[in-house]
Amino acid sequence: MVEAGSIVATPPGKRNPGRSLHRFANPGRFLRLSGAVLPWLAISGAVLTAIGLVWGMFFSPADWQQGDAVRIMYVHVPSAWLASAGYLALALCSVLSLVWRHPLADLAAAEIGPVGAGFTALCLLTGSIWGKPMWGAWWVWDARLTSVLVLFFLYLGHIALVRAFDDPQRGYRSGAILALIGVVNLPIIKFSVDWWNTLHQPDTITLTGAPTMYIGMLWPLLLAAIGYALVFAAIVLTRTRAAVMERRIRALLMARADELPS
Amino acid sequence: MTHLPYVMAAYALGVLIPTTFAVAAFLRMRTAKRRLAALDHRRRR
Repeated sequence: MVEAGSIVATPPGKRNPGRSLHRFANPGRFLRLSGAVLPWLAISGAVLTAIGLVWGMFFSPADWQQGDAVRIMYVHVPSAWLASAGYLALALCSVLSLVWRHPLADLAAAEIGPVGAGFTALCLLTGSIWGKPMWGAWWVWDARLTSVLVLFFLYLGHIALVRAFDDPQRGYRSGAILALIGVVNLPIIKFSVDWWNTLHQPDTITLTGAPTMYIGMLWPLLLAAIGYALVFAAIVLTRTRAAVMERRIRALLMARADELPS
Repeated sequence: MTHLPYVMAAYALGVLIPTTFAVAAFLRMRTAKRRLAALDHRRRR
């Protein structure tokens, strides 16, 4: 029987996932790796997004029912996917933080929050702009719209909670718990259009079935989605790099303050 | 083109919001890099 707090070596041949993850917790290694990846992420993201948006705006066909308003989809759908995917990434970082005490996971989670909130706001705003000409209303209390609004508030709650404590570790821990509780909202968002009779249309692209969308609309949508995802990753990586450097600056300033004669 | 103002507004937001985040992140990283370099330089002297 293993007592609490005792140190047990991992048996040879068995990999400890926490240990291998901590290889990337070294700030110097993270800065080196992320510095090499970042320009490629940013450039490819910007180029793919631009191609997807220009293709969607000028070269994809209009919808037979919605007319040209369907072009809002090339901004709205990627931002909606990223709003949920960003929250999933936030929850993943929270697990890494709570279970393995991974120091970079705390910083990454704190930096994903505002970016995720920005893309959720983009999803809500473009949805509202799309809703006005199609439904005749800027907003309806539909299950899909309401669950995405709840996601936006969860992001805001996470941002506030992480910054609410003098001790950053307590903030990170509380934020991680909130992020994990909020994960329950993700399946509600996904299946809201199936579970309830909503004004919002059901999914036209699913992971398991063939898309019901015309291929001339599907390609620009996928390009825009991949481009936005890369841009999202580049922004989070840049912010996390800045956070790592800021932590190092604080440590240096504290060390210097300790060296000063009292 | 039908609904042009709505489409233009959505595209403008779709460019503006990520660009704002990207520029803010870049400036924050550049400031942090400069401050860190200055501190490291001072520490080495």
